[in-house]
Amino acid sequence: MKRAVSAAITIKSSIAFALLMSCVSFSIVAKEAQPSAADPVLEARVMKLSKELRCLVCQNETLADSRADLAEDLRGQIREQMKAGRSDKEIISYLTERYGKFILYNPPVDPTTYLLWFGPFVLLLGGLLLLFRYLKQRRELIIEQPLSADERQRAETLLRIEQGKETA
Amino acid sequence: MSRFVIPLVLFVILVVFLAIGLRRDPHEIPSPLINKPAPAFKLSQLKDPAQSFSAEEMKGKVWVLNVWASWCFSCREEHPLLLEYARSKAVPIYGLNSKDKPEDALSWLAELGDPYVLSVSDLDGRVGIDYGVYGAPETYLIDRNGIIRFKQVGPVTPDIWTEKFLPLVKELNQ
Repeated sequence: MKRAVSAAITIKSSIAFALLMSCVSFSIVAKEAQPSAADPVLEARVMKLSKELRCLVCQNETLADSRADLAEDLRGQIREQMKAGRSDKEIISYLTERYGKFILYNPPVDPTTYLLWFGPFVLLLGGLLLLFRYLKQRRELIIEQPLSADERQRAETLLRIEQGKETA
Repeated sequence: MSRFVIPLVLFVILVVFLAIGLRRDPHEIPSPLINKPAPAFKLSQLKDPAQSFSAEEMKGKVWVLNVWASWCFSCREEHPLLLEYARSKAVPIYGLNSKDKPEDALSWLAELGDPYVLSVSDLDGRVGIDYGVYGAPETYLIDRNGIIRFKQVGPVTPDIWTEKFLPLVKELNQ
Protein backbone atom coordinates (compact mmCIF):
# COMPACT_ATOMS: atom_id res chain seq x y z
CA MET A 1 0.00 0.00 0.00
CA LYS A 2 2.67 2.40 1.08
CA ARG A 3 4.73 1.49 -1.92
CA ALA A 4 1.75 2.07 -4.20
CA VAL A 5 1.22 5.51 -2.70
CA SER A 6 4.84 6.49 -3.08
CA ALA A 7 4.80 5.15 -6.64
CA ALA A 8 1.75 7.29 -7.34
CA ILE A 9 3.53 10.30 -5.92
CA THR A 10 6.58 9.63 -8.07
CA ILE A 11 4.39 9.35 -11.16
CA LYS A 12 2.57 12.52 -10.24
CA SER A 13 5.73 14.45 -9.63
CA SER A 14 7.31 13.17 -12.81
CA ILE A 15 4.24 14.23 -14.77
CA ALA A 16 4.44 17.62 -13.12
CA PHE A 17 8.12 17.78 -13.98
CA ALA A 18 7.46 16.79 -17.59
CA LEU A 19 4.80 19.49 -17.88
CA LEU A 20 7.14 22.01 -16.35
CA MET A 21 9.91 21.02 -18.72
CA SER A 22 7.67 21.25 -21.75
CA CYS A 23 6.75 24.76 -20.69
CA VAL A 24 10.35 25.74 -20.16
CA SER A 25 11.64 24.18 -23.32
CA PHE A 26 9.19 26.11 -25.44
CA SER A 27 10.26 29.24 -23.68
CA ILE A 28 6.90 30.32 -22.45
CA VAL A 29 7.32 33.46 -20.48
CA ALA A 30 4.05 34.17 -18.76
CA LYS A 31 3.43 37.83 -18.34
CA GLU A 32 0.60 39.94 -17.13
CA ALA A 33 -1.52 41.10 -20.02
CA GLN A 34 -0.85 44.76 -20.48
CA PRO A 35 -3.93 46.89 -20.18
CA SER A 36 -3.90 49.43 -22.95
CA ALA A 37 -6.50 52.04 -22.43
CA ALA A 38 -5.44 54.03 -25.45
CA ASP A 39 -8.43 53.48 -27.69
CA PRO A 40 -11.30 51.40 -26.30
CA VAL A 41 -12.97 50.93 -29.69
CA LEU A 42 -9.77 49.70 -31.31
CA GLU A 43 -9.01 47.55 -28.26
CA ALA A 44 -12.46 45.93 -28.47
CA ARG A 45 -11.82 45.16 -32.13
CA VAL A 46 -8.40 43.68 -31.34
CA MET A 47 -9.90 41.52 -28.60
CA LYS A 48 -12.79 40.39 -30.80
CA LEU A 49 -10.46 39.29 -33.58
CA SER A 50 -7.93 37.70 -31.24
CA LYS A 51 -10.72 35.58 -29.75
CA GLU A 52 -10.95 33.88 -33.15
CA LEU A 53 -7.23 33.13 -33.22
CA ARG A 54 -5.18 30.51 -31.49
CA CYS A 55 -2.14 31.12 -29.37
CA LEU A 56 0.55 28.90 -30.89
CA VAL A 57 2.46 28.50 -27.68
CA CYS A 58 -0.38 27.43 -25.40
CA GLN A 59 -2.49 25.83 -28.04
CA ASN A 60 -5.77 25.52 -26.20
CA GLU A 61 -5.99 29.21 -25.56
CA THR A 62 -7.09 31.97 -27.85
CA LEU A 63 -4.80 34.87 -28.57
CA ALA A 64 -7.13 37.00 -26.50
CA ASP A 65 -6.75 34.85 -23.39
CA SER A 66 -3.08 34.03 -23.63
CA ARG A 67 -0.37 35.82 -21.73
CA ALA A 68 2.48 34.21 -23.64
CA ASP A 69 5.03 36.57 -25.12
CA LEU A 70 4.20 35.59 -28.65
CA ALA A 71 0.48 36.16 -28.08
CA GLU A 72 1.23 39.64 -26.86
CA ASP A 73 3.37 40.33 -29.91
CA LEU A 74 0.70 39.03 -32.24
CA ARG A 75 -1.95 41.14 -30.54
CA GLY A 76 0.44 44.04 -31.02
CA GLN A 77 0.67 43.18 -34.71
CA ILE A 78 -3.09 43.01 -35.01
CA ARG A 79 -3.43 46.36 -33.24
CA GLU A 80 -0.84 47.96 -35.50
CA GLN A 81 -2.43 46.64 -38.66
CA MET A 82 -5.88 47.75 -37.55
CA LYS A 83 -4.49 51.21 -36.92
CA ALA A 84 -3.10 51.11 -40.44
CA GLY A 85 -6.66 50.51 -41.66
CA ARG A 86 -6.47 46.86 -42.59
CA SER A 87 -9.63 44.79 -42.49
CA ASP A 88 -10.07 41.75 -40.24
CA LYS A 89 -9.94 39.54 -43.31
CA GLU A 90 -6.63 40.99 -44.42
CA ILE A 91 -5.15 40.52 -40.97
CA ILE A 92 -6.32 36.92 -40.81
CA SER A 93 -4.75 36.16 -44.16
CA TYR A 94 -1.53 37.89 -42.99
CA LEU A 95 -1.43 35.52 -40.02
CA THR A 96 -2.41 32.34 -41.86
CA GLU A 97 0.30 33.02 -44.44
CA ARG A 98 2.81 32.82 -41.62
CA TYR A 99 1.37 30.39 -39.13
CA GLY A 100 -0.97 28.32 -41.25
CA LYS A 101 -4.64 27.55 -40.72
CA PHE A 102 -3.74 26.23 -37.33
CA ILE A 103 -3.92 29.76 -36.01
CA LEU A 104 -7.65 29.89 -36.69
CA TYR A 105 -9.50 28.87 -33.57
CA ASN A 106 -12.51 27.92 -35.67
CA PRO A 107 -11.17 25.44 -38.19
CA PRO A 108 -12.31 26.32 -41.71
CA VAL A 109 -14.17 23.69 -43.72
CA ASP A 110 -11.69 22.37 -46.28
CA PRO A 111 -10.49 18.91 -47.40
CA THR A 112 -8.07 18.60 -44.48
CA THR A 113 -10.81 19.21 -41.93
CA TYR A 114 -13.65 17.23 -43.53
CA LEU A 115 -13.08 14.41 -41.05
CA LEU A 116 -13.25 16.86 -38.18
CA TRP A 117 -16.42 18.53 -39.38
CA PHE A 118 -18.31 15.58 -40.77
CA GLY A 119 -16.78 12.67 -38.84
CA PRO A 120 -19.21 12.96 -35.92
CA PHE A 121 -22.19 12.94 -38.26
CA VAL A 122 -20.82 9.88 -40.05
CA LEU A 123 -20.48 8.17 -36.68
CA LEU A 124 -24.02 9.22 -35.73
CA LEU A 125 -25.36 7.85 -39.00
CA GLY A 126 -23.45 4.61 -38.48
CA GLY A 127 -24.82 4.34 -34.96
CA LEU A 128 -28.38 4.91 -36.18
CA LEU A 129 -27.93 2.29 -38.87
CA LEU A 130 -26.66 -0.26 -36.35
CA LEU A 131 -29.51 0.60 -33.98
CA PHE A 132 -32.05 0.22 -36.78
CA ARG A 133 -30.61 -3.13 -37.80
CA TYR A 134 -30.60 -4.34 -34.21
CA LEU A 135 -34.20 -3.30 -33.62
CA LYS A 136 -35.30 -4.97 -36.83
CA GLN A 137 -33.51 -8.17 -35.90
CA ARG A 138 -35.02 -8.06 -32.45
CA ARG A 139 -38.52 -7.67 -33.80
CA GLU A 140 -37.99 -10.69 -35.99
CA LEU A 141 -36.93 -12.70 -32.96
CA ILE A 142 -40.18 -12.01 -31.18
CA ILE A 143 -42.68 -14.16 -33.04
CA GLU A 144 -46.14 -14.73 -31.70
CA GLN A 145 -46.53 -18.45 -31.30
CA PRO A 146 -49.77 -20.02 -30.11
CA LEU A 147 -49.51 -21.98 -26.87
CA SER A 148 -49.60 -25.71 -27.08
CA ALA A 149 -52.42 -27.53 -25.29
CA ASP A 150 -50.07 -28.50 -22.50
CA GLU A 151 -48.82 -24.93 -21.98
CA ARG A 152 -52.37 -23.58 -22.04
CA GLN A 153 -53.40 -25.97 -19.28
CA ARG A 154 -50.40 -24.96 -17.13
CA ALA A 155 -51.20 -21.29 -17.61
CA GLU A 156 -54.82 -21.84 -16.62
CA THR A 157 -53.79 -23.66 -13.46
CA LEU A 158 -51.47 -20.83 -12.52
CA LEU A 159 -54.14 -18.23 -13.15
CA ARG A 160 -56.64 -20.17 -11.05
CA ILE A 161 -54.18 -20.28 -8.14
CA GLU A 162 -53.58 -16.51 -8.40
CA GLN A 163 -57.33 -15.85 -8.47
CA GLY A 164 -57.83 -18.08 -5.47
CA LYS A 165 -55.21 -16.04 -3.56
CA GLU A 166 -56.89 -12.76 -4.46
CA THR A 167 -60.37 -13.79 -3.35
CA ALA A 168 -59.05 -15.32 -0.14
CA MET B 1 -18.26 -15.38 -31.70
CA SER B 2 -19.01 -11.92 -33.10
CA ARG B 3 -19.77 -10.94 -29.52
CA PHE B 4 -16.01 -10.94 -28.96
CA VAL B 5 -14.82 -10.02 -32.42
CA ILE B 6 -16.55 -6.63 -32.63
CA PRO B 7 -15.23 -5.24 -29.35
CA LEU B 8 -11.80 -6.63 -30.20
CA VAL B 9 -11.80 -4.91 -33.58
CA LEU B 10 -12.97 -1.65 -31.97
CA PHE B 11 -10.24 -1.97 -29.37
CA VAL B 12 -7.57 -2.54 -31.99
CA ILE B 13 -8.78 0.49 -33.96
CA LEU B 14 -8.64 2.56 -30.80
CA VAL B 15 -5.14 1.36 -30.02
CA VAL B 16 -3.95 2.20 -33.53
CA PHE B 17 -5.44 5.70 -33.31
CA LEU B 18 -3.88 6.30 -29.92
CA ALA B 19 -0.53 4.86 -30.99
CA ILE B 20 -0.36 7.26 -33.90
CA GLY B 21 -1.95 10.21 -32.14
CA LEU B 22 0.08 10.07 -28.96
CA ARG B 23 3.38 9.88 -30.78
CA ARG B 24 2.77 13.10 -32.65
CA ASP B 25 4.12 16.25 -31.13
CA PRO B 26 1.25 18.71 -30.89
CA HIS B 27 3.78 21.53 -30.82
CA GLU B 28 4.83 20.73 -34.34
CA ILE B 29 2.65 22.87 -36.50
CA PRO B 30 3.07 22.37 -40.24
CA SER B 31 4.53 25.58 -41.59
CA PRO B 32 2.80 27.16 -44.57
CA LEU B 33 6.17 28.62 -45.55
CA ILE B 34 7.70 25.36 -46.74
CA ASN B 35 8.49 25.69 -50.46
CA LYS B 36 7.64 29.38 -50.29
CA PRO B 37 10.09 32.27 -50.59
CA ALA B 38 11.83 33.10 -47.32
CA PRO B 39 10.42 36.42 -46.08
CA ALA B 40 12.76 39.28 -46.85
CA PHE B 41 14.40 41.16 -44.02
CA LYS B 42 17.11 43.69 -43.49
CA LEU B 43 18.40 43.89 -39.95
CA SER B 44 21.50 45.20 -38.26
CA GLN B 45 24.17 42.72 -37.35
CA LEU B 46 24.53 41.74 -33.73
CA LYS B 47 28.28 42.17 -33.56
CA ASP B 48 28.39 45.29 -35.66
CA PRO B 49 25.06 47.15 -35.51
CA ALA B 50 26.31 49.70 -38.03
CA GLN B 51 26.23 46.99 -40.67
CA SER B 52 23.09 45.37 -41.91
CA PHE B 53 22.37 42.01 -43.38
CA SER B 54 19.49 40.99 -45.60
CA ALA B 55 18.19 37.65 -46.77
CA GLU B 56 18.64 38.95 -50.33
CA GLU B 57 22.43 38.72 -49.97
CA MET B 58 22.17 34.95 -49.68
CA LYS B 59 20.66 34.45 -53.14
CA GLY B 60 22.64 31.78 -54.93
CA LYS B 61 23.64 30.00 -51.74
CA VAL B 62 22.12 27.23 -49.68
CA TRP B 63 22.05 28.41 -46.09
CA VAL B 64 20.55 27.80 -42.68
CA LEU B 65 18.79 30.40 -40.58
CA ASN B 66 18.62 29.59 -36.89
CA VAL B 67 16.34 31.57 -34.60
CA TRP B 68 17.86 31.88 -31.15
CA ALA B 69 17.86 33.98 -28.02
CA SER B 70 19.78 34.07 -24.77
CA TRP B 71 16.49 33.71 -22.85
CA CYS B 72 15.61 30.54 -24.73
CA PHE B 73 16.15 27.43 -22.65
CA SER B 74 16.28 24.91 -25.50
CA CYS B 75 18.73 27.09 -27.42
CA ARG B 76 21.33 26.38 -24.75
CA GLU B 77 20.75 22.69 -25.33
CA GLU B 78 21.09 23.14 -29.07
CA HIS B 79 24.11 25.43 -29.00
CA PRO B 80 26.94 22.85 -28.74
CA LEU B 81 25.32 20.93 -31.59
CA LEU B 82 25.26 24.04 -33.76
CA LEU B 83 28.94 24.60 -33.02
CA GLU B 84 29.63 21.09 -34.20
CA TYR B 85 27.54 21.51 -37.38
CA ALA B 86 29.29 24.81 -38.09
CA ARG B 87 32.71 23.18 -37.71
CA SER B 88 31.76 20.55 -40.28
CA LYS B 89 31.26 23.42 -42.80
CA ALA B 90 28.45 21.54 -44.50
CA VAL B 91 26.33 24.66 -44.81
CA PRO B 92 26.67 28.23 -43.50
CA ILE B 93 24.54 28.92 -40.44
CA TYR B 94 23.18 32.41 -39.85
CA GLY B 95 21.53 33.50 -36.63
CA LEU B 96 18.36 35.46 -36.10
CA ASN B 97 18.66 36.72 -32.56
CA SER B 98 15.06 37.10 -31.55
CA LYS B 99 13.76 39.59 -28.98
CA ASP B 100 16.99 39.67 -27.10
CA LYS B 101 19.07 42.36 -25.47
CA PRO B 102 22.17 42.67 -27.70
CA GLU B 103 24.46 42.69 -24.65
CA ASP B 104 22.91 39.44 -23.38
CA ALA B 105 23.23 37.89 -26.81
CA LEU B 106 26.85 38.97 -27.16
CA SER B 107 27.86 37.62 -23.77
CA TRP B 108 26.09 34.35 -24.60
CA LEU B 109 28.19 34.01 -27.76
CA ALA B 110 31.36 34.99 -25.91
CA GLU B 111 30.68 32.41 -23.24
CA LEU B 112 29.45 29.47 -25.32
CA GLY B 113 31.10 30.07 -28.70
CA ASP B 114 29.71 31.43 -31.93
CA PRO B 115 28.51 28.95 -34.55
CA TYR B 116 27.09 31.66 -36.80
CA VAL B 117 28.64 33.28 -39.82
CA LEU B 118 26.82 36.27 -38.40
CA SER B 119 23.73 37.00 -36.35
CA VAL B 120 21.21 39.75 -36.86
CA SER B 121 19.15 41.39 -34.14
CA ASP B 122 15.40 41.04 -34.44
CA LEU B 123 14.74 43.29 -31.48
CA ASP B 124 10.95 43.48 -31.66
CA GLY B 125 10.39 40.00 -33.10
CA ARG B 126 8.81 41.31 -36.30
CA VAL B 127 10.97 39.20 -38.60
CA GLY B 128 10.26 36.24 -36.31
CA ILE B 129 6.56 36.71 -36.93
CA ASP B 130 7.19 36.91 -40.68
CA TYR B 131 8.90 33.54 -40.43
CA GLY B 132 6.08 32.08 -38.35
CA VAL B 133 8.29 31.56 -35.33
CA TYR B 134 6.40 30.43 -32.26
CA GLY B 135 8.95 28.56 -30.17
CA ALA B 136 12.66 29.22 -30.40
CA PRO B 137 14.88 27.58 -31.43
CA GLU B 138 13.60 27.24 -34.96
CA THR B 139 15.79 26.45 -37.91
CA TYR B 140 15.14 27.03 -41.60
CA LEU B 141 16.94 25.57 -44.58
CA ILE B 142 16.83 27.97 -47.50
CA ASP B 143 17.87 27.14 -51.05
CA ARG B 144 19.70 29.11 -53.73
CA ASN B 145 16.54 30.78 -54.93
CA GLY B 146 15.61 31.87 -51.44
CA ILE B 147 12.94 29.20 -51.01
CA ILE B 148 12.44 27.64 -47.58
CA ARG B 149 12.90 23.91 -47.99
CA PHE B 150 12.76 22.65 -44.44
CA LYS B 151 11.87 23.91 -41.02
CA GLN B 152 12.70 22.45 -37.66
CA VAL B 153 10.90 23.60 -34.54
CA GLY B 154 12.91 22.86 -31.43
CA PRO B 155 16.57 21.85 -31.29
CA VAL B 156 18.15 20.34 -34.40
CA THR B 157 19.24 17.02 -32.95
CA PRO B 158 22.10 15.07 -34.57
CA ASP B 159 19.49 12.69 -36.01
CA ILE B 160 17.57 15.49 -37.66
CA TRP B 161 20.80 17.06 -38.88
CA THR B 162 22.09 13.93 -40.56
CA GLU B 163 18.76 12.60 -41.77
CA LYS B 164 16.98 15.77 -42.86
CA PHE B 165 19.36 18.67 -43.25
CA LEU B 166 22.48 17.09 -44.75
CA PRO B 167 20.75 15.09 -47.51
CA LEU B 168 18.71 18.16 -48.47
CA VAL B 169 21.80 20.39 -48.45
CA LYS B 170 23.54 17.93 -50.71
CA GLU B 171 20.58 17.75 -53.05
CA LEU B 172 20.14 21.52 -53.16
CA ASN B 173 23.81 22.14 -53.81
CA GLN B 174 23.83 19.96 -56.90
